[in-house]
Amino acid sequence: MADLSINICGITSPNPFWLASGPPSNSGEQVMRAFDMGWGGAVWKTVGNPIVNVSSRLGAVGYAGSPVMGLNNIELITDRPLEVNFKEIYEVKKRYPDNAVVVSLMVESKDEWKDIIRRSEDTGADGLELNFGCPHGMCERGMGSAVGQEPDVLREITSWAREFATTPVIAKLTPNVTNILDPGIAAVEGGADAISLINTLKSIIGVDLKNLVIQPTVGIEGTQGGYCGPAVKPVALHMAGTLARDERITVPISGIGGISNWYDAAEFLALGSTSVQVCTAVMHYGYRIVAGMIDGLNNYLDEMGMKSVNDLIGRAVSTYVEWGDLDLNFGVNAKINSKTCIGCQLCYIACLDGGHQCIHTHQGPCSAFHGKADHGINPRTSIMPPVMHSDKNESEAHIPFVDDDECIGCNLCQLVCPVPECVTMEEVPSTAGKESWNERVAKELS
Amino acid sequence: MAVTNGVPSKNILANKRLEIEFGDAKPLYTQVEAILEANRCLYCYDAPCTKACPAKIDIPSFITKIAGGNLLGSARTILTANMLGLSTGRVCPVEELCVGACVYNDLNHQPIQIGRLQRYVVQKALEIEQSGSRQLFVPKEDCGKKVALIGAGPASLACASYLTMEGIKSVIFEKSDLPGGLNTTGVAPYKLQTEEWLQEVKWLLSYGVELKTSVEAGRDFQLDSLLGDYDAVFIGIGLGSDRKLGIPVEDGTTVWGATELIQKIKNEPNFQIPEKVRSVVVIGGGNTAIDIARELAMLGVRESKIVYRRTEKEMRGYKHEMTGAREYGVRLFENLRPVEIILDDNRVTVLRAEPTTTDQVREFPCDWVVAAIGQEEHVSHLSADMKMDENGRVIVDPITRETSLPNIYAGGDCVNGGKEVINAVEDGREAAFAMLRSWGMETKPNHGIQQQKDTSGGR
Repeated sequence: MADLSINICGITSPNPFWLASGPPSNSGEQVMRAFDMGWGGAVWKTVGNPIVNVSSRLGAVGYAGSPVMGLNNIELITDRPLEVNFKEIYEVKKRYPDNAVVVSLMVESKDEWKDIIRRSEDTGADGLELNFGCPHGMCERGMGSAVGQEPDVLREITSWAREFATTPVIAKLTPNVTNILDPGIAAVEGGADAISLINTLKSIIGVDLKNLVIQPTVGIEGTQGGYCGPAVKPVALHMAGTLARDERITVPISGIGGISNWYDAAEFLALGSTSVQVCTAVMHYGYRIVAGMIDGLNNYLDEMGMKSVNDLIGRAVSTYVEWGDLDLNFGVNAKINSKTCIGCQLCYIACLDGGHQCIHTHQGPCSAFHGKADHGINPRTSIMPPVMHSDKNESEAHIPFVDDDECIGCNLCQLVCPVPECVTMEEVPSTAGKESWNERVAKELS
Repeated sequence: MAVTNGVPSKNILANKRLEIEFGDAKPLYTQVEAILEANRCLYCYDAPCTKACPAKIDIPSFITKIAGGNLLGSARTILTANMLGLSTGRVCPVEELCVGACVYNDLNHQPIQIGRLQRYVVQKALEIEQSGSRQLFVPKEDCGKKVALIGAGPASLACASYLTMEGIKSVIFEKSDLPGGLNTTGVAPYKLQTEEWLQEVKWLLSYGVELKTSVEAGRDFQLDSLLGDYDAVFIGIGLGSDRKLGIPVEDGTTVWGATELIQKIKNEPNFQIPEKVRSVVVIGGGNTAIDIARELAMLGVRESKIVYRRTEKEMRGYKHEMTGAREYGVRLFENLRPVEIILDDNRVTVLRAEPTTTDQVREFPCDWVVAAIGQEEHVSHLSADMKMDENGRVIVDPITRETSLPNIYAGGDCVNGGKEVINAVEDGREAAFAMLRSWGMETKPNHGIQQQKDTSGGR
């Protein structure tokens, strides 16, 4: 069994799995149950000045039968009294000294920050997370993502927090920006000890087509809310990875966004996050999912021969290069395994209509779409003689095949194939050495 | 000409019929079940299920529409290819057709339950239509053409409804008092009950098809005379009575024909199986033999046996049907040819059968013998000039379904000798579109029926 314990900017945790600030970390009773289930840490639901919530608050978008591919919410920060929250945080930390307890904060003025930081630290919490991310409701009052989108304001508030706090300060960023490096660098300059990201994306989750009103619906109206869940993971990976590989980001990262499984978490760790935070998956399935995450990560680390989760952190960061540095001489071709192919022809139609017309079927003439893939404007029928494929017997006739000369190695057929490992992408050996676009341009200039 | 008009009403059949004793073999999906199942569909291109469907329903499209909540659209996709979508959803041997072709079979994964999805969609769509809020189809205005259809089975009903949609006046002549053909008289009740089927017939007729029952060709009117009154004639009279065993004793009280018996179970309120009937031998190897054997076992006959002259491998009946029948205790005896029925006090006591492999005669003590060895052809009564094959089947053009006599078309069992309901539907539909083409009327690629424009507006 590998060692899963982590230390992020001085905050230690028995494993990298934390509850993100949100409904699952709303109360002491909940957080203690989560810790009992195995969660390593929790970022408390954001505390601040009193607010009032609306009903309803959540909307979801499903895909192909799964009800929650993405979730959005218009819920604000905690609607429970500050004293109650602080009392419960104190109790939790006292009873669970080994788990990480971080308090998420959001207030406006310097005096308010000073006051709330002092009271938060009095609870014995391990650290503070500054909520610069919430993109709905609070931002209209000049907080949350309104701060996260203004690097100068973000830098200043972070520096206040750094000035008042004795425990580590984590700045939580909004993804609703053009370049995540701007707020990221501002947070470091302001003195943040770590950065967590992403908060939710501004979104409209859907329209109720029966009543023609935006969802989630409050009476006969709706508003934009924060989007999260499995659908946002690629966005989050991109942003967390961008910060991780930039030399100006000198602080550790806590990754957030669509993490539902051990492998989602492992991808964030490999792209440079030290801890990961989970909310939507818990809202969907409950705290119990952490058991599978711990077990899965352990198995994976063992399989990879890694003794500690720290061996995984950042391992894939350097594989990112800009497009211009990619090797133009590298190539792969798709190969369809006719033994496992079930003949659904999803690869065929995907390549024909949405790819590069390189996959053909054995039955009938392929005259229109066969031959050298010139991707030109000439109708193939007028320039190519019909190619007949009728040599196959009935059972094989519906199995498509890839024309090796035409295949441009885009992966599309492999991605749409419902059978695992039926379509494989195989490297085409090349004698030419590596050459990138940038190198080619440089060579032509010289 | 004797004419009895009538759309069958719900009360046409008495209660307490034997067939009502069965639950649904494949119950109607709930909405949740349907959506979960629909979402499993891979949406194959050039889909094997559609290729395997005699009516060529665009199955992936109708299933995707279920997943998207578009029930009326889904039902239209089915019905434009197969107007009898509701009953075929139940009686089609999907294991041999669409479901058997599903690519999930190759993954050793449960194939998509296409028949159940089809039944769900069509039933729900008909409910929506019957609630009065929306209409599935709007027939075109009467164009002045008229078609007579002989026999009110699936072939004629399909043909007539497609014609009606295009504004052709269609009149069906049925010799019995109930329409529906073999769905009414020959499909085992555990698969399809008469009442439900007649509801579907009622819906088909509701688009303007005229039905005349208790009128028989040759007796009440002549085929030739119809051509004077109508622009074309479609013959969908199916097959005749059960074929006889050809051995002594065929009386109809203890020796039955299979469809004769099924018809009694399905439609006759006073018909009961006497308690002393404990053992039945069914003779035959087709689906009807399996059906009646299973039906009788389900009705409580203690011993239900099938005697077949060849081996199980050579049975015309489907393997899944035999497996299903065995679950109810039906037993199969192979390589036996019936030679004699021994009576005692005018009742069957023993069926003697001669093995085709040895000469040891076997005796089956039994109370009933059911012959399920096919039905007689009876088309030849209609016209002496029409070309038939050596088995008495009407010869038609494979594309248009036109017979050797101009403007006379035919389809269903009288042409194919006894196939599935869906084959009859295909024949009826193709004949309808061939007629339309012959009159220079447009038929759209997917046999598109004029669809109602959605005018339901906002909320």
